Amino acid sequence: MSEALHYLPATELARRVRARELGAVELVRVTLERIAAADPRLGSFLHVDADGAERRAAEIDAALARRVDPGPLAGVPVALKDVLVTRGLPTTAGSKILDGWIPPYDATVVERLRAAGAVILGKLNLDEFAMGSSNENSAFHPVHNPWDLDRVPGGSSGGAAAAVAAGLCAAALGTDTGGSIRQPASLCGVVGLKPTYGRVPRWGVIAFASSLDQVGPLCRTVGDAALMLEVIAGFDPRDSTSIAEPAPRLVAGLGRGISGLTIGRPRELELPGVDPEVTFAVDEAIEVLVHLGATVTDVSLPHARDWLPTYYLVAPAEASSNLARYDGVRYGLRAGPPGQGLHDMYSRTRGSGFGAEAKRRIMLGTFALRSGYYDAYYKKAQQVRALIAADYARAFTEVDLIATPTSPTAAFRLGEKTHDPVAMYLTDVFTLGAPLAGLPAISVPCGFTPEGLPIGLQLTARALDEATLLRAAAAYERATEHGSRRPPESNLTGEGASAGAGAAALGRGGAR
Amino acid sequence: MAPLTREDVLAIARLARLHLEPDEVERLRGELSAILAHMERLAAVDTTGVEPMTHAVPMTLRLRADEVEPPLSVEDAVGQAPDRDGDLFRVPHILKTASGPAADPAARAGGGPDEDPDGDPDEDPDEDPDEEKM
Repeated sequence: MSEALHYLPATELARRVRARELGAVELVRVTLERIAAADPRLGSFLHVDADGAERRAAEIDAALARRVDPGPLAGVPVALKDVLVTRGLPTTAGSKILDGWIPPYDATVVERLRAAGAVILGKLNLDEFAMGSSNENSAFHPVHNPWDLDRVPGGSSGGAAAAVAAGLCAAALGTDTGGSIRQPASLCGVVGLKPTYGRVPRWGVIAFASSLDQVGPLCRTVGDAALMLEVIAGFDPRDSTSIAEPAPRLVAGLGRGISGLTIGRPRELELPGVDPEVTFAVDEAIEVLVHLGATVTDVSLPHARDWLPTYYLVAPAEASSNLARYDGVRYGLRAGPPGQGLHDMYSRTRGSGFGAEAKRRIMLGTFALRSGYYDAYYKKAQQVRALIAADYARAFTEVDLIATPTSPTAAFRLGEKTHDPVAMYLTDVFTLGAPLAGLPAISVPCGFTPEGLPIGLQLTARALDEATLLRAAAAYERATEHGSRRPPESNLTGEGASAGAGAAALGRGGAR
Repeated sequence: MAPLTREDVLAIARLARLHLEPDEVERLRGELSAILAHMERLAAVDTTGVEPMTHAVPMTLRLRADEVEPPLSVEDAVGQAPDRDGDLFRVPHILKTASGPAADPAARAGGGPDEDPDGDPDEDPDEDPDEEKM
């Protein structure tokens, strides 16, 4: 069966558009119809810019008619997590405090996507200020997992993962601070890449935790992720934390295979509470990698169990500082009765504008930074963070990649963890290490539970070595079929009600 | 450490300029105490002589050439302010005056519908006993 247009890889869509086999306007119309048909059940978009997308697609077709190449993403319909600011398009960060705000400029990554010929469809749902692991912290509405509408898509880039999985866009950009690209990618059965810290400029990215935040792609194929990263990566003088290196060439090396690579399995991350189905799928994925020519060895990350407390001090501390700018003065919400003075206005604006998780993290971060507690909490966490980074540095003298599950379980049920913040934080247990150490990491689909829920394999590489990361992920993808399975169409549009049964029968097939 | 008290929560909220309703204070007291109990693990890690890691990759602050670049237009900058006065952001009074808060220019613009049923915690913005240097 040939793949429907809305499920084709971005690379293939761009090829067809550039070759004028497929009109960009035709493609965007098909995509907008898909969104209209399926998103009422998913809730993945916060804003769809149908007119802007069609206008842009028409420009691309016109350029091609004049024999001008619109770029490597010519006509590719992409969507953006709603923390990336977009000139003239509402940007909310999933928060009431920014509801109605229209940014006066584009983020660097948005400029770069446009310059590469991409068609921006709109803005994707997320946990408020990218804080969460289930997308249930959106101030607007939750997102439903396309594989099972009663389950979460993961978070915080939950809208991005669900939209990519369901064919509502060819690719999306998300952000990852503690796992917010990789964990939803895992739970929705798509590829999610967090680049090296500083690889992608953050000018115009609404800040959560500035020593951790990084923008990256969510896609249906590893090749698409490589292409998207090529487009968005590279130094920008407007972000002083962006790395002064040109964008890496990634797509060309994807087919080189992984013969000779050494892959480490951290002993410390054999944790209780990991679903046996997840362990099974990841073990099987590692066997596939061995079959493809890699060597597997145990590796030690002695402070792996300190990732969680370290992250949940560092990130909230930085968040409490970054979120201080939402004060009801320059943009967004203002609340409070008149006549009570400036501090009262600040306090009431923030009290009514922020949701429960944002408040929790502001409080936690303010606590950790408070004089008298700073040394015992924030500074201590920064010291342990140095030890965590040193663990990786040592491990990467022995191995080229580190393999773990992305998430300890497949998608959990909506509402299952909303009343227990600690249980919710524990879902990040595998994804926190890479951002703490600034390393690139990817989640690729590696199997399904018996109920048909996707499972993700996480690979982590040395800083700036996205090439090896993507090469290994691409080799794995070519050898397996997990990434080409699609969610049941009956969940999305109510059509093809028997699709789910066929998918379940496919099981967790390993190497071809 | 001991679980947080209600007063701890209110003091942190004051520092964060975050108005909390009474039920939020109680919920956060429990949640933050539970979360902080998980942080206790770090106290056992030997960090003697370890430099705090402030950034994910080593970096030095960069300087750029001192050249004039086009700034955001005034309209772009103030156009979405909740309250503006020409090219200016307008805010409620910062200092109390002899004539009292009625001098607040924002009174004309009106504010949100928030009530303050419990009367705390941020009643007296001009004297913040818990102000700390951070």
